[in-house]
Amino acid sequence: MATKTVEFTVGRTPEMGLDSRPAPGPLAPVDLPEPEMGSENMLINIGPQHPATHGVLRLVCELDGETVLRVIPHIGYLHSGFEKQGEYRTWNQVVPLTDRMDYLAPLIYNCAYVMSVEELMGIDVTERCKVVRVIIMELDRIFGHLLWIGTTAMDMGAVTPFLYTFQEREKIYSLHESLTGARITTSATRVGGMMADLPEGWPEACRKFVTELHRTLDQVEYLLTTNAIHLGRTQGIGVISAEDAVNYGFTGPNLRASGVPYDVRKDKPYYDYETYDFEVPIGEHGDCYDRYLVRMEEMRQSIRIVEQALDRLPGGPINVPDPAISLPSKTDCMNDMESMIHHFKLITEGIHAPAGDSWFSVEASKGELGMYVVSDGGSKPVRWRVRPPSFVNLSVIPKLAEGHLVSDLIMINASLDIVLGEIDR
Amino acid sequence: MADETRSGLDAVEAGPAGSEDGLAPDAASGLPVPEHPTVSALRARFGDAVLRHEVGARDQHVVFIEPSRNVEVLGWLKEDPAQDYAFLSDVTAVDYGGGRPLQVVYQLFSLTHHRTLRVKCELPVTALEVDSLAPLWKTADWLEREVYDLFGIRFRGHPDLRRILMPENYAEGHPLRKDFPLRGRFSRAEQTRRALAQEVENFYIPLEMDLGREPQLPAARESGSDPADQA
Repeated sequence: MATKTVEFTVGRTPEMGLDSRPAPGPLAPVDLPEPEMGSENMLINIGPQHPATHGVLRLVCELDGETVLRVIPHIGYLHSGFEKQGEYRTWNQVVPLTDRMDYLAPLIYNCAYVMSVEELMGIDVTERCKVVRVIIMELDRIFGHLLWIGTTAMDMGAVTPFLYTFQEREKIYSLHESLTGARITTSATRVGGMMADLPEGWPEACRKFVTELHRTLDQVEYLLTTNAIHLGRTQGIGVISAEDAVNYGFTGPNLRASGVPYDVRKDKPYYDYETYDFEVPIGEHGDCYDRYLVRMEEMRQSIRIVEQALDRLPGGPINVPDPAISLPSKTDCMNDMESMIHHFKLITEGIHAPAGDSWFSVEASKGELGMYVVSDGGSKPVRWRVRPPSFVNLSVIPKLAEGHLVSDLIMINASLDIVLGEIDR
Repeated sequence: MADETRSGLDAVEAGPAGSEDGLAPDAASGLPVPEHPTVSALRARFGDAVLRHEVGARDQHVVFIEPSRNVEVLGWLKEDPAQDYAFLSDVTAVDYGGGRPLQVVYQLFSLTHHRTLRVKCELPVTALEVDSLAPLWKTADWLEREVYDLFGIRFRGHPDLRRILMPENYAEGHPLRKDFPLRGRFSRAEQTRRALAQEVENFYIPLEMDLGREPQLPAARESGSDPADQA
């Protein structure tokens, strides 16, 4: 009869440490007889409707007992044909499609799209616009990571961090709302600027939020970073080496957790990111725990960036003063014939981008978000392509989950921080 | 196929109007083309495989290469220490419509030299086939599947070339092609009929069907057949 070694990680009497935290008990390996059972494998569907898949993701798993032998992800349940729809819309009309992709950090997508179009058209946005976009992008990075921390902790059975982080997310929702009028579907950017300038009191509210966020992050870290269950569920789970991570196209916190210091903000700086003082946290083991640590630290770095950006927020116009790109003010439209004509042309025809193509990538909360736009000189894109970071990150899951338990598969899936709206587009 | 929903959709179904004044070549107004160290190295090494070099959108360099030699060229770009494009950011395709060749677009980034390069292969509409990069980059696996799914470009040597976003038995073609109407080729009625007629088998790939088959246990069979014989 075969035997297998079972290791109990929690002792019979878990001793309480000095700071009233439970200390892991001694390991007591026990040799148990393993009964002979049939060896047929099992095919199990996880999803598409399952809370732990974080969306309509379906994972078909081949299991041997509880060990995952093979994972075959099925995606496309949320396929909306955004890229196809974009070809039928003017350049500015595409913006609302972008925030429906990653509804967990919509402003980053808004910004990334218009930045690629501006790159194609050779538009330099105003200084104020640059700083405002940096603020809202960093704010949404925090927004995305907070959701990730909350839901991932919930997958482990820890409900409290979820409540803490969603309390903070609610404040970002309010900031979204006062800036754009919407909480999730922000559609805040326009080619050459923003839909509207920051409302009165917004910078102060934003600063208040980021200052107070530290406290919540401390609370969450206190609950999770040295939590024995969290450590047991994440350390050594879903490990990927640096070389493999690059080969598989990992980006963002997932890649940096493997020790590759690739951050678009540092390596291909846009919007003067090189002048902001911030660090790029990297992990060394490439497991779920390092991905958690990297994201926690990234939020703190984002707070630093937001604070610096708020300090340097310049005055002046937020839209480029080019009548062929930016809408004139309503007052001008009503008083000035020329502005009226520009307004009419912009609304009926839209802006025209020169023929050519442009690729622009930003560091989104999930990884490198690339926007590729192709124009034939008309007012609509010939092709609008999104390089979805979650799509590429998810493609690694068969490799990561192989040989782990089903419960680890849930952890690995959570640690990748996917959003299905963007994977399926 | 009966098509009840034609009215008013003709303009939509005609697809996006092609470029009004044709595809203007990106002449860059006669300015001297800035050099890209990789492009000159590519020309020196591969010569005739490098068809064209364009610079657009500020300083984004695009190299058109011979489609039949894409693995050779991109493999060299990845492996050569002076180039070291270890990171394949994206694989996608562009269809300009009107029977013009489809472009397969590879977006490369070098982590050590901090350089980007866009490599394109032009494929005639009649021969949409190119070698897969999946052996070089694991990233290419899903990205090429997506291109195959949405554009119908086949990748030779791909380990698992099947649809990824659309269902496996999707019969209307490849959605991102310009000749594909926005609402699909079939009428709404036909689309609904097909959606309702899905079988369980449609949701599994053949490999999964094999794995999920009932285990052939001889004991279970005998006990199952006994009552039937007696009855």
